[in-house]
Amino acid sequence: MQLLIAFLAGLLMSIGIAVSKMIDPAKVLAFLDVTGNWDPSLALVMAAALAVYSIGFRLIRHQPAPIMAEKFQLPTLTKPDKPLLIGATMFGLGWGLVGYCPGPAISALSAGSTGTLGFVLAMVAGWYLARRWPLNI
Amino acid sequence: MDNFTPVSALIGGTFIGLGSLLLMVALGRIAGISGITSLAIFQREGRSWRLAFVVGLLLGPLAVSLALSDFSFSTPELSWRTVIAGMLVGLGTAWGSGCTSGHGVCGIGRFSARSLIATLVFMAAGVLVASLF
Repeated sequence: MQLLIAFLAGLLMSIGIAVSKMIDPAKVLAFLDVTGNWDPSLALVMAAALAVYSIGFRLIRHQPAPIMAEKFQLPTLTKPDKPLLIGATMFGLGWGLVGYCPGPAISALSAGSTGTLGFVLAMVAGWYLARRWPLNI
Repeated sequence: MDNFTPVSALIGGTFIGLGSLLLMVALGRIAGISGITSLAIFQREGRSWRLAFVVGLLLGPLAVSLALSDFSFSTPELSWRTVIAGMLVGLGTAWGSGCTSGHGVCGIGRFSARSLIATLVFMAAGVLVASLF
């Protein structure tokens, strides 16, 4: 049952990524590039997702436990630190270079493009290197 | 702004919010795509639910193409630019503990200052690069 829920969660998010066209790097770049023919669509994707999630989270946050697990597993860090700032900057640079963040890139794999595959393999290599060398600063 | 698509943006965003919320309500987990996918690959413990999530991610566009006849999207060319971008996104989301979904939706959605700051930083960097290059 846990597996089915996880599958459904991934599927719903991916359907959202596809329907909103966030899966299309050209659409994302049209949002990030504020100098050209600016497309504000992505701001609405974010706003709708945030509205649903923040209201839902408020409703459930005083529950003692999730429906199908022992406890809520929330991040313990609360203050920004150097790894957060350096990492977010690097992520943003990569995002703006091609128009892919992790979700859309993984969702787009089924289209069978070598560019998408190359991006995802490089991203997985990046994850591996960052696990190997944590930023201890 | 002739390329503005508010309706599909709001519908798509609602699906993203619902999927993320489902993972929190049922399994008590943050729906951070970079973290879940990376741990599905590199960590044995908790691999099965993470793999199930990734399979769902992979099948989304197929589901949409069955429902909408005119669904299509572009993909990037394979180039140094694509590979460098992928490497930056991998290193950055691992060191920065999240991406658009984990920080931008789940983090801000539960009013985390850390995630709000991370989102502002990666948005600013993304806008800068996309606007300059």
